[in-house]
Amino acid sequence: MSIVSDVSGRSRSDQRRQKLFAAINRASAWLSALGLGWLTPLLKIAAGDDPREQLGELRDSLVFPLMGIVLFLTAWAMLAPQVQTSLGAIPGPAQVWEQAGALWQDHVAEREKEASFYARQDERNAEAVAEGRPEDVKLRAYTGKPTFLDQILTSLKTVGLGFLIATAVAVPLGIASGLSRPFNGALNPLVQLFKPVSPLAWLPIVTMIVSAVYVDVNEAFPKALVISAVTVTLCSLWPTLINTALGVASIDKDLVNVGKVLQLSTLTTISKLVLPSALPLIFTGLRLSLGVGWMVLIAAEMLAQNPGLGKFVWDEFQNGSSNSLARIMVAVLTIGTIGFMLDRVMFTLQTAFTFSSNR
Amino acid sequence: MAPLGAQAEMLDVEKDELKFGFIKLTDMAPLAVAYELGYFEDEGLFVTLEPQANWKVLLDGVITGELDGAHMLAGQPLAATIGYGTQAHIVTPFSMDLNGNAITVSNAVWELMKPSLATDAQGLPQHPISAEALKPAIESFAAEGRPFNLGMVFPVSTHNYELRYWLAAGGINPGFYSPEDVSGQIGADVYLSVTPPPQMPATLEAGTIDGYAVGEPWNQAAVFKKIGVPVITDYEIWKNNPEKVFGMTADFVEQNPNTAIAVTKALIRAAKWLDENDNANRGEAVDILARPDYVGADAAVIANSMTGTFEYEQGDKREVPDFNVFYRHFATYPYYSDAVWYLTQMRRWGQIAEDKPDDWYADVAKSVYRPDIYLKAARMLVDEGLIDEADVPWDSDGYRPATADFIDGVSYDGRTPNAYIDSFAIGLKTGETP
Repeated sequence: MSIVSDVSGRSRSDQRRQKLFAAINRASAWLSALGLGWLTPLLKIAAGDDPREQLGELRDSLVFPLMGIVLFLTAWAMLAPQVQTSLGAIPGPAQVWEQAGALWQDHVAEREKEASFYARQDERNAEAVAEGRPEDVKLRAYTGKPTFLDQILTSLKTVGLGFLIATAVAVPLGIASGLSRPFNGALNPLVQLFKPVSPLAWLPIVTMIVSAVYVDVNEAFPKALVISAVTVTLCSLWPTLINTALGVASIDKDLVNVGKVLQLSTLTTISKLVLPSALPLIFTGLRLSLGVGWMVLIAAEMLAQNPGLGKFVWDEFQNGSSNSLARIMVAVLTIGTIGFMLDRVMFTLQTAFTFSSNR
Repeated sequence: MAPLGAQAEMLDVEKDELKFGFIKLTDMAPLAVAYELGYFEDEGLFVTLEPQANWKVLLDGVITGELDGAHMLAGQPLAATIGYGTQAHIVTPFSMDLNGNAITVSNAVWELMKPSLATDAQGLPQHPISAEALKPAIESFAAEGRPFNLGMVFPVSTHNYELRYWLAAGGINPGFYSPEDVSGQIGADVYLSVTPPPQMPATLEAGTIDGYAVGEPWNQAAVFKKIGVPVITDYEIWKNNPEKVFGMTADFVEQNPNTAIAVTKALIRAAKWLDENDNANRGEAVDILARPDYVGADAAVIANSMTGTFEYEQGDKREVPDFNVFYRHFATYPYYSDAVWYLTQMRRWGQIAEDKPDDWYADVAKSVYRPDIYLKAARMLVDEGLIDEADVPWDSDGYRPATADFIDGVSYDGRTPNAYIDSFAIGLKTGETP
């Protein structure tokens, strides 16, 4: 092994390490967006970085949050049995975990019932065909209860629809009011008036109007879902609207002047100048909107008894069994987790679409 | 899950995917049983059962067609048909059960009642307890300047009429309705208001109401939670009183005659199963009802009344074999006389503001209660060997024999409603308006 080759070998491995670290640093932006920021120091240690420095990083991004969670769980487990409600003691983490398992079991059992329903149906149909009554063959969907998982999916679908409508309404309005002072002046009082209204106040109005207008019920969008979704829309469009207007209004004046010199059409101006520079704020608005929408949705479902997690919570409250509180807590934690995940998804999109923070 | 009898000709149902609403009460049992035991499927029906938030939402759901039918208070189809509260022609081919309710008071009220109650040899209160025992409590509340509030589940509910009957029989005025004032508190000694059944215990606990009339499991729940004491069952107020019916709109029944018969068939079978062999299946029924998608309360609470006992004060458990009747005593047959009784109570308390002739009562009963559908369904079941000939009152003219099995001993004959209305000490009489 000559010195030369040794040196060159080391420099090659140095280069590899440099590349590796560059990759890790690029990835870390995404990881932190996804809430997995604690992976970065671990990856760096694995790549051969100084462990001491990285352990400090790790402590900040992983150990402290975990300590917070552990402390919370301990306090909960200690304090819960102290409070006696009319449904028994408040459930601790163990009971809630147990009920989460029970809900999963319920889901599995319901799926089994569904399978046996279809088996019976096939049997009946086969019998009908065998007896020469092909006109009696019926294919019907299973009519069981929505399980906890079904309710989660329903809620996600509802909030997605409501959020899409809100975005489709708020972004154009926001751009218009950011670009045009008169339009902004006309819109402003309405925004200020409707922004503070609670979803629960919108709900009866929305219910009446949707029931009257939305007659042609589509299989995929039952009336109840549309009612919940429109309620979500009415409450979640304001942050997007306000932030879009703000983002559009605060475009660099030089850019606008360049656009004027080049005599760009309005559409080109919006697509090439306005949107790119307003995008970060638009996404901030969307993120806020989605958070509000998710929160509002649960309340709307609870009050209107529309399918979804809100109905699950209300039904359990009405059941008043000794497991009800624990089941409601499972739902609360689920709502929280999903809300957090939605926020992270929006944050990731924001990072992906924003030019400034990644360059 | 094989059907018991020979597989007969299936009815050609016009609509086979149906959605029925219910309220989380044990007397929705025929619906749950018909679904779980496959009776609906045997009739070629694919039914979705959906719990509803309260009676108003449920009724609106049926009227708008969102629900094809529902577990209803017996007064609901009648009130809707005569246009009290809402206007819609609703009919019922099937009566769901007899009895099943009770009146519960808070612990504080019970303490005030207790000294005046007669006791039996074991030192337990003698039943039935008259509403007169409430008077010390009402007076003590009045001295403190507090209104005495009672909850019931709906203005046209069985519970409202039973609670008023009991109070009036004890000389307490529960208040009147008038077209201008629908609170039902005109001239009242105690104030009745509406609370949805599942929220009764919580509302009692919060002190908003001091007692309530409700179906099971919410009276036994108060005992379990140690927040109140049931003082009387409706069985003691009126022995074997009709309670819930299965309601559908008249339009639906007209457009889907076979569907209505098929649904009735499945429900009759479920009711029979519930009462079979001296309530032998009640344990299994309790397990079904305890599931979160039906009633969802703890099995022990539901079992308390479903298995023929009823617990009053903590530990004071008594035999009430007929607390819930689903099939015996022709419970499922839609008797006109049941409908007429509800109408008389609506008139007595002013929900029907003006006098009506006797034949008006009979006509309304005939337009809402549909024994013709019931008898078709029953005939088919007898032919299929699923029920006995003797289980059905084939030749009934729709009126049960006159009875005086009420707490105040007043005799009721459904053929003479006006005479019955005039026989009460407290209540509107012929010619009176609220």
